[in-house]
Amino acid sequence: MRGMTAGVACAFAVLYATGAAAQSAAQGPHGALAMAEQERRLDALKPGSAKGDPPARVVAASWARTIPAENALTPERVALGRKLYFDPRLSADGTVACATCHDVSRGFTDQRPVAEGIGGKLGRRNAPTTLNATFFTSQFWDGRAATLEDQAKLPIVNPIEMGMPDGAALIAKIGPDADYRKMFQAAYGSAPNYDDVGRALAAFERTLVFLDAPFDRWQDGDAKALSADAVKGFALFNGKARCVACHPINASSPIGSDNRFHNIGVSARHQDFESLAAKAQVALAGGGGDQVLDKLALETDLSELGRFLVTKRRSDLGAFKTQQLRNVALTAPYMHDGSMQTLWDVVDHYNRGGEANSYLDGGIEPLALSPAEIDQLVAFLFALTDVRFAAQAKTIESAQRARAKTTRPFRETDLAFRKVIPFEARVQGGAK
Amino acid sequence: MKSIETKYLEARAELLAGLGKLNRRQFMKVAGAAAGAALAQGVLPPHSFTPVRVARAATGGSDFTFAYISDSHLYTKDKNDRFVRGLLRAVDDVNRLDPQPDFVLYGGDLAQLGRADELDLGAQILRNLKAPVKMMVGEHDWYFDLGEKWRALFGADNYSFEHKGVRFVTLNSVVEADFWTAKGLTPAERMGTVAGLDNGTQSSFTVGEANRAWLAKELEPVKSSVPLVVFSHSPLYKLYKKWNFWTDDAEQVQDILKRFDQVTVIHGHTHQLLTNRIGNISFHGMLSTAWPWPYAPQGLPELTIQMSRPDPFNPSDGCGDGTVTVGADGMCDKLYNLWNRNPVTVSRTYMKSNGKEDRAAAPKLASY
Repeated sequence: MRGMTAGVACAFAVLYATGAAAQSAAQGPHGALAMAEQERRLDALKPGSAKGDPPARVVAASWARTIPAENALTPERVALGRKLYFDPRLSADGTVACATCHDVSRGFTDQRPVAEGIGGKLGRRNAPTTLNATFFTSQFWDGRAATLEDQAKLPIVNPIEMGMPDGAALIAKIGPDADYRKMFQAAYGSAPNYDDVGRALAAFERTLVFLDAPFDRWQDGDAKALSADAVKGFALFNGKARCVACHPINASSPIGSDNRFHNIGVSARHQDFESLAAKAQVALAGGGGDQVLDKLALETDLSELGRFLVTKRRSDLGAFKTQQLRNVALTAPYMHDGSMQTLWDVVDHYNRGGEANSYLDGGIEPLALSPAEIDQLVAFLFALTDVRFAAQAKTIESAQRARAKTTRPFRETDLAFRKVIPFEARVQGGAK
Repeated sequence: MKSIETKYLEARAELLAGLGKLNRRQFMKVAGAAAGAALAQGVLPPHSFTPVRVARAATGGSDFTFAYISDSHLYTKDKNDRFVRGLLRAVDDVNRLDPQPDFVLYGGDLAQLGRADELDLGAQILRNLKAPVKMMVGEHDWYFDLGEKWRALFGADNYSFEHKGVRFVTLNSVVEADFWTAKGLTPAERMGTVAGLDNGTQSSFTVGEANRAWLAKELEPVKSSVPLVVFSHSPLYKLYKKWNFWTDDAEQVQDILKRFDQVTVIHGHTHQLLTNRIGNISFHGMLSTAWPWPYAPQGLPELTIQMSRPDPFNPSDGCGDGTVTVGADGMCDKLYNLWNRNPVTVSRTYMKSNGKEDRAAAPKLASY
């Protein structure tokens, strides 16, 4: 029975990835798969333990560090979090659940450039996947929430995401539900309350650990788990391409993020940091609590300032959190603004040395990767997809490869090989 | 002589032993200092988008500010472009200052190997500055052709000027005794030798007899009450000989400066936060736009507020640029604009009180 469900899930995933099922009967508001179907697929994926035991390949001490003491993982908490995650009543108009933008069938994100909230309102940032999110030491692209518990409570009350006026309004709405009353009692020994909504959602997300990729099996000793190209890509990753400097991927850093914030020039393509920073000083003059930051980050141009909004440190201008590399096949389009469609685009961006700007991270340099090396690196990145998503990833890989054959908007070979240096025009400009 | 490691371990053991003996009151003092450091995290960097005018109005009318950029070590673009980006970033920083500084001091070592194309590249970039530039020479600019190209581009290596009642002097302090002729070194070999640290081949930096004579003559008509600011590439005192954090005839130069009421020396070469005071002379180092040097192993002048050890994963950490605000009495506020950290100001109050007042919030590392 279980095997059959998984088969159906795979078939759906293939259709979705190709876009052919966009009008499927299973589709709900905002392009998300219907919640009931999402839940069936989640079961088929066999997520991690609800009892708090460390996932395979994760050291027990590292795992313990990702779980706050006051929110130990229990099946009751996970069950409550799961019910909340798929419940569109958490939004003002009843159309947006967590699972709308963190959709089981779409890599636990929405596979759109930026998230769409109630009334079709668009935010400024790309929805990151909830897969493995527990391994980050801060949440959101700018790290403005320290924990999943804090993170989970903000989209619910953001006016253009789920649009509830405040936490109390949500509790007034779902509190009378007998199921919820029973489940909150079982999970936290209390009546429904907003803090425990955040805790329960975080507990559920801690079961979304998907770290069983061909790369891991290769590291375990299965020489055939990776293609020859992906093996060469891993060597590039650690060497010439310099990826590992910010994307360490190992037993103590399983998702391939240094949990830091770097300006790699993505927003420099369309923003002037200095004038934005001046505006931010004004906007934040009154202090700027969590919700003020949340609003600025999602609704205004100031979003492009990234980490600066949180720290107000000039060195954080245009800096965003290093994303994880796990399951990156599923989470296109890439970057904080969803401005890159394929992994080839991402590697092209790094290969050309990012986008020049005053605050570019010092480690970003032209890489001089050949077309073959770019393909090898991309092969390695695809090999970081958990085997439970293998079919979906394969389809996406073919689609991206086909697109990359004709469309490479970020490829700048002269920059990559330092035949042209971005500042040359400026330097010449000074000669007049 | 004890090794650095031994000194470090001893200092550490002493510190830890001391911590165990703290009484409650002393503990509260330590805790208070920690809280102060945390508060400092909220300090906004003084940049173009902060109300600089307000801050200046509070300090009195007669102050003026100049900016500094130093030690860019440019290679030709086919070898390295990160350092070029560093210098461009500093140019952007300075151009965004509002109000603009009266002038910009370039602190030497514009080039890495003293080549004409490196110096040309640097000169082109510096032409982007909106404020006028005062150039100083460093050893990396000099020892390929003994200053020929540098002088063709920028003029004299020793000069002085008056600005708003303050006398400024720029000195060539990187004069080395001839170590190359006897060895038959080519210009490139000579330059390569000077560019290295810890080699026993090159000579020590000096201002040299000729430049000292020029300095004495230049200052002769200047009254002792006139505030004096001296720019030199090397620190005009003796800190660490093997790295030429050192001027061999420092005492003789200091003798020339002794009769003035107030002297400030702004120097490059050391690529770090570095502060010293000898008699009437305050010394301030400049940050590099290329890389930070570690602190010299034998220790630091007492007044120095140490910078954090730069993050090896972040190539721009520990680099930066900055400004110097000169008061009517010639005392200066020296701002280190660290690109990846909070800025640090070594204030005139701090200098006047011999480090007792207005100490900048900076990591307090155990000294050797």
